[in-house]
Order: sequence, then structure tokens, then C-alpha cells
Amino acid sequence: MTEALKSNEIEQGKLKASDYASDQEPRWCPGCGDYSVLKQIHTVLAELGHKREDTAFISGIGCSSRLPYYMDTYGIHGIHGRATAIAEGLKIARPDINVWIATGDGDALAIGLNHFLQLLRRNLNVNVILLNNEIYGLTKGQFSPTSRVGQKTVTTPMGTIEYPVNAMAISLGAGATFVARTIDRSPAQIRDIMLRADRHRGASLIEVYQNCPIFNDGAFSIFTEKSTKTDSTVILEQDKPLIFGENNNKGVKLDGTKPIVVDLENDNVSANDLWIHDETDYVKASILARLFEMPSGEMNLPRPFGIFYAEDRFTYEDALDAQIKEAQAKQKADLYELFKGATTWEIK
Amino acid sequence: MSEKSEVSTPTVENLSKESVSILFAGDSGDGMQLTGNQFAATSAEFGHDLNTFPNFPSEIRAPVGTIAGVSGFQMQFGSTSIYTPGDLFDVLVAMNAAALKSKLHILKRGGMIIANADSFDEKNLRLAGYPEGVNPLEDGSLSNYELIKVDVIRLTRAALADSGMPQKTIDRSKNMFVLGLLYWLYNLPIETTIRELKVKFKNKAGVAEANEKVIKAGYYYGETCQMFNGRYTIKPAKMKTGVYRHITGNAASAMGLTAAATKAGLQLFLGSYPITPASEILQELAKQKHFGVKTFQAEDEIGAVCSCVGAAYGGALAATNTSGPGLSLKSEGLGLAVILEIPMVIINVQRGGPSTGLPTKPEQSDLFISMFGRHGDAPVPVIAARSATDCFDTAYESARIAIETMSPVICLTDGYLALSSEPWLIPNPDNLAEIKVEFAKPRKPGDEPFMPYQRDENLARPWSIPGTAGIQHRIGGLEKDNLTGNVSHDPANHELMTKLRAEKVEKLAERLPLQTIDNGPEKGKLLVLGWGSTYGAIKLAVAEALAEGYDVAHAHLRYLNPFPRNLGEILHNYEQVLIPENNYGQLVHLIRDKYLLPAKQLNKVQGLPFKAAEIKEKIVELLKAEA
Repeated sequence: MTEALKSNEIEQGKLKASDYASDQEPRWCPGCGDYSVLKQIHTVLAELGHKREDTAFISGIGCSSRLPYYMDTYGIHGIHGRATAIAEGLKIARPDINVWIATGDGDALAIGLNHFLQLLRRNLNVNVILLNNEIYGLTKGQFSPTSRVGQKTVTTPMGTIEYPVNAMAISLGAGATFVARTIDRSPAQIRDIMLRADRHRGASLIEVYQNCPIFNDGAFSIFTEKSTKTDSTVILEQDKPLIFGENNNKGVKLDGTKPIVVDLENDNVSANDLWIHDETDYVKASILARLFEMPSGEMNLPRPFGIFYAEDRFTYEDALDAQIKEAQAKQKADLYELFKGATTWEIK
Repeated sequence: MSEKSEVSTPTVENLSKESVSILFAGDSGDGMQLTGNQFAATSAEFGHDLNTFPNFPSEIRAPVGTIAGVSGFQMQFGSTSIYTPGDLFDVLVAMNAAALKSKLHILKRGGMIIANADSFDEKNLRLAGYPEGVNPLEDGSLSNYELIKVDVIRLTRAALADSGMPQKTIDRSKNMFVLGLLYWLYNLPIETTIRELKVKFKNKAGVAEANEKVIKAGYYYGETCQMFNGRYTIKPAKMKTGVYRHITGNAASAMGLTAAATKAGLQLFLGSYPITPASEILQELAKQKHFGVKTFQAEDEIGAVCSCVGAAYGGALAATNTSGPGLSLKSEGLGLAVILEIPMVIINVQRGGPSTGLPTKPEQSDLFISMFGRHGDAPVPVIAARSATDCFDTAYESARIAIETMSPVICLTDGYLALSSEPWLIPNPDNLAEIKVEFAKPRKPGDEPFMPYQRDENLARPWSIPGTAGIQHRIGGLEKDNLTGNVSHDPANHELMTKLRAEKVEKLAERLPLQTIDNGPEKGKLLVLGWGSTYGAIKLAVAEALAEGYDVAHAHLRYLNPFPRNLGEILHNYEQVLIPENNYGQLVHLIRDKYLLPAKQLNKVQGLPFKAAEIKEKIVELLKAEA
């Protein structure tokens, strides 16, 4: 756990987690991973003590995008793919509002991919929760941009022939300043990452692997089942080596720019030789993002979870406000002067 | 033959005229827009009423010397009220052979041609498509016109011979020579342009100086060359007293938005994506940061309209500007704004469609999409500007209506209004209509629960913005329960909400001004009903027909949805109704449908505004047929 996440540093709000829940009954399928994420959002907002009236949740369309209805904050359930664009307008007009975006793999990475990338690049100070279940749930089971090659769905009866989008890599490529991945079955990690994202001044992307029990059940079980979890996941912690496996017996080492898995018990390596995680290192973050093939594959590389990358960079709204202040210092806002322009003449 | 040589006219007569229309035409790189704009600025400052219309190709640089590359700037100025840039022109300035070839047909018989003879060489003649060995300046084919041949390039080079500037740079000033010549011809001062050039080239003193030299050379050439029969004085127009400026429709639209936001005490947010001919509104507002205006150049038209949804939800006056294809892309976002019931202004600068169509040419063909171009029953108020200066008033009015009705409002201008310019009597900001904004108030625990869809007397719901304690609420694209705004799939509720959204727009008519007759009798044989930029052409056509004794009147619509509440009554006061439109027939359908009368249509879909003569001809035809 990084020091920023020690809860004693975080101002305790007077409100309880349940105060952030609206009076609307969540309507997700039983067993949906979204419930766990919603619960953590309520918890985190209470922990941060954000005022409900100063918080807004913006979403697009899809199962994930129902989330704003379940928050006792302000919110817009928008149109498909455009949550990020709606949120940008709100944040630019109202930098004082704490803006969260709830989106899914279809919403953000298919129909809304352009807006998604532009938001990350512009670095508005908002938090994006990307609930990735690798399937279209609301429309009943079509493949999504994150579905895996060969996945059989109602629109790919012989298996998908599209290579999946890697949300981490694409976000880093877009110039995102905060990129993290977590999973619905790790509430503690969801909480930690959300707290960090909230503190991050800039656009924060949190990808949450989320199980769809109806149309893509078990898509992430390799990362959650006891028997496979430890060998297929690696938890990223700042300044700590990339160690994983049952009994922490494996590590990831960088061979040049190539990540390789080493056996700490049998290979002649110590923890000091391993890749030390540094979330401020863009090059390393880019390599981490490439750990994307299934851990059961040839390279046996684990899937990383945690904060891949975090960078301090000016935000869009701060830069815009600075320009406005500069313009206002130079010129008075006088409508009549504006109307007149450079050249006038008088008819008497 | 009326061609003049340099020695044939010993004296210059001083003549006067009421109005003159000029067409500046040349290659895209010849600086015709700058020349025309400068002439217009000088004429306006002198006190003329005027109207201008730039007409240029969609290619930034079409092949030099070709007809495709001809860029034109039309203008009419005079001592009387000027409503159009003129049907046919008194003067054609032809900077090259292609300009002459493509524009001669719209020059009045007996009109003047000022030709840059240097650009009628073999190559230019060939590029313009003249047959081998034919030069219209030399073969007598222009004998019905007053042909003034000037070696503009040679004279410009001579004027700047000792400037030390490269020849390419020198040649670029040739348009200033023509400008100087025209200032002499119409007895106008050169000072306005010299002053403006000094501002324009404030960091390039040499350029301003060279241009000044060339303008003077052109002016003195007029005085000494004795090529003209006469020199004309056009008296200042009798215009309302006050301070004026010269303004284009796009600049006026931008200012209308800033003025509305300032008067309403709101922040102005413009979410936009560059598109011809609407981009200038974004460019104008980007310069107005001292008013706290926030412009957001989105990644696309969809991002632009959606950013407006967010900004409006946050309590800003949200506006977006676009043209045809962009309005198509914005449809879904507008539907969201309709169901969310949040205010927004959409300025749509119409151009020739469908698809990319004629991207630099005006048309009035987006009325249907404005009225109906969203899925579901999604009515929005629609209003249209009639002139460049009216763009200010309609943008302002759109903002006022958007806030008052909590609805997106589509404000229609077009490529003609956007780029054309006219003198604008600068309004006193204190006299602009009041725009009242009341955000929903905070509530404490124990207060009545907040109802986001509780409506006021105008059927508008409260503008309830984030940051207000105790009224947190969620709204979205799903149908909402009346009053609470919660998601509702109840069949009766959906029908009620659809009805309320429609009634809200219809009810607006109760508060809008009544339709008036612009010109002509209150009852009679024929009413010409127009909307938008056809105003000037209809105005002239009806005035001429009235003068000739025809029983005809003109009414011009600003409010297209809802229509003014007395429109039906007005229409039924005439035996016939004629609707001229720069489209294939759109308003005429709405009128026939709503008022069940056999309105006649007159359509022009050439990417060009109507000529007054075209409308008058139709008026005469209808009234003669009846007689």
C-alpha cells in the first residue's frame, strides 16, 4: 500500500457510505460485478467526505451506465459513447464539481473511443471508471472490442476474429496521466485505486474487470479463482518488485525491454534483480501494459493489477481558466466596446 | 464601340448615382475578398447603406487562372436602403480572363468592365477556355459594355520599382491598385483602407507602406489617365442616427451569444467543431475570453453537442455552431437535450446539401432537419435570421427562448448571411431585452422533496445545477416520470411527457410577437411569404411590383416553430400565397400542412441567393394569370 492511501490521511466525511446511495433500487442481474463497484464508490465518497451536491456521475449507455441512477449525487445518464464528452462540458463549465464517469467496454472503447482518448489526452480532472466485462450485456451478448479472439457470441458464432483492445495500452498511448486496472472481486484494491484517482489532478482511468454472470460468466475467473489467481496476476506496488505466484515464488524481470518470468526458487535470481515498479516511468508502464496475453500462454506472464502510471501534468480546465484570467487582466469585458470593434462611424 | 484609349477623353464629368453594384472577380489568390471588404468598409464609413456577398470556391487554392478558381465579392452600395448585393452588376472588376468569362453573364448590358489586361495573355486565355487566338479585350465582342483596360501588373510594378521588394511580393499588391482606381471613380477617400492596412500589417511596416503607395498610384491613375467618361458621387444614405460598424452575419451571431450570456449573468460555453461556413463563430468567440467565454473545440460534432449538454447541466449558457452535415451528427445529442429539458442554442449556418454538397454556398435546406431531424417526437423552437445584422438579434433571442423554455433552440442562418456584411447600428447594451435566469434553490432536510420535472407557467422545468445542496437528482435519456424525473416505462406517463414536451414549444407562441406585414396591403390578391435570407430579394421584388400597381404584400417569418399565433389569419387574408425558398420546397410544406391552403412555391437551388427580378417575375406571372 502506498503512503498516499493510509486512511488516517484522508479527511473523514460526516456522511456514511449509505448516504451516497439514491432511493432507486439497483437493477443489475444477480451476481453482477457492478454491485461490488457501486458499493466501493459509496464507501470511497464517504471516506473522502465529498459533498453529494458537489459530485456528479456521468454515464453513457450500457449496463455500467445505469450507475448514476444509484448515486445520491447529481448525474446524467447520457447517450451511447458520449459520457466523456458530456463530462468534459460539465467540468469545463464547472471546475468546482467533482466529476466521475461510469462507462463500459462498448461505451468507451467502441462507439465512444474517440471521445475517450480525447478526454485522457486533454487531461481534465475527472475520474473514469471503465467497467470491462468483455461483452455487450444490455443488448444481450454480442462481442465487444475487448472480447477475446475466438470468443463465441451471438454475433460471432464461429468465434471473434478481432484482436481485443488493450485499455491500458490505448490509454497510455493517448497520453493519459493516471492509468490503473483492478477487478470486481478485489474491493480493497478498488477502494485504494479510487482514493488515489480522486487525489490525482488530471484524468484518471480505472479499468475494472467485471464479471457478467449472464453473457460472459467466468471471463476473469483465471484472475479470481484461488487455484489460478496467484500464478496469473501480479499486484503493482510502488517501489516494490514484481513478485507473484503461490508462496511468492515467481518474479518478472526485464531482459532489456523484454519482460520475462523468473523462478525465484530455482533460477539464480534474487528479488533485487526483479523489475521494481515505478508508476512515474512511462516506458516501464508501456511495457507493463503489454503484459496482455493470457497468463496461460507461451510466455506465462501474469496480468498486472494496480496503478500502471501516474504523472503530474496541467489540467485542461486550469489552463483555460488561466487564459481567461490573463485576458480579463488585459481587457475589460464591456459589451459596447465589443460591439464597436475596430472601426465605427457616426451618422448624425 | 465604347472602348476607351488613354487619350480619347479630355475631360471627366462629375456624375451622381443612387446606387452601384460591383462584382470584384479574380483568381483565389488575387485578394478579391480583401479588396471587396476594404471597399465596403470605406463605403460604409462614408455613410452608404450597403450589402455584400463573398462568393468563393470550396477549394482553398484551385488551379490558378481557371474558372474553378474564380473568387468573387459582390456588393451594392447606395444612398437609398440597400437590401441585396444586386441582381446584375453595374461594374465587373475582372482580374483575369477566367473571371471575365465566368461572370460576364451577370453584368448589366452597358455595364463597365475594368479588366486587368496583363492577365489576358495567351496562357490565361487558354486556362479560361477561350478558343485559340481569341482575346475578348481585343476582338470587339465587348462592344455592348464600357471596357476599361488597365495594365494593372505593369503599373503596380512601376509604382514599387524602387521598393527593393521581390517581384512576387510586389505583384501581390495589384488588387490595391484596382482599389485605388475605384476609390477615385466613386469619389471615396483612401484613408480608411490606409488606416486599416496599417493595423493589419503593424508588424510589417514595409508591406503597409507599399500597399499605400499602390493605392495612391491607382487613385492618381484614375485622375490622370482619362479613361473614364465620368466620375460618380453616391451621396450618403439617409440612415438612423447613431454609431455604426460594418459586420458579417457570423460575427453578429457570435456577439449575440456573448451579449445574451452577459445580460443573463451566465458563463458562455461554446462547444464546437470547425465547419464551413460556421467556423468563424467559434473563431470570434475564442477571442472573447475577457468576457469569461469558454470555447471548446471538440473532436467532432457529436462531442461538441454533448459537451454543451454537460455545460448546460452545469448552469452555463451552452451554444454550438455548425452547418448541415454537422447538424446531422448532432441529432442524437439534441434529442438528449430535448428529453433532459436543458437550454442550448444551436446556430446552424445552412449551406448547399445533402452531404458535403456545396460547402461554401448558401441554401435554406435545413428547415426540415431543424423541425423534424431527431428520432422520436422531439420538437424544438426554430428561428431564422433575415440579414447579417439580424443574426445578432436572432442569436440573442434564441438564447432567451432556450433559457425561458428549458429547451434547445435552433437558430438558422446561412452561408450568405454568415459571410455577407452590412452596416450595423450598434445597440446600447442597456436596451437589450432582459434575460431572467433563476436556478433552483437549495433545500434542507425536511423541506419538500425536489421535483426536477415540476413545470412553471411556461411548462419549463427548473434549471437545477450541481453544487446546489439538497436537490441532487439524476436525469437521463430514459423516459422520466413526470415530476420526480425518475426512470419510468409507464405507457401513460410516456404519452403525457411527449405531450408536455410538444405543448411547451407550442405554448411559446403565446409569448412571441405577432406576425406583421413588412410591405403592402393587409388583405389582397397575393402574399409573398418568406423566411431567412431571402428577405432582401423579396423586399425589393414586392416594392417594385407595388410601384407598378400590383396587389401584392410581403410578410417575413422569424419564428418557424412555433409559427406566430396570427399567421393563419394573415395567410387567409390573401387569395394566393407564394413562398420563395432557396431549397426544393420546405416551408411551403409546413404551411400547407398547418393552414390547409394551396400555397405556391418558387424554388432556387443553385447555391446562390435569389435575384429580386426572379421573384418579381413570379409575382407578375401569378397576378397576370389571375387577371
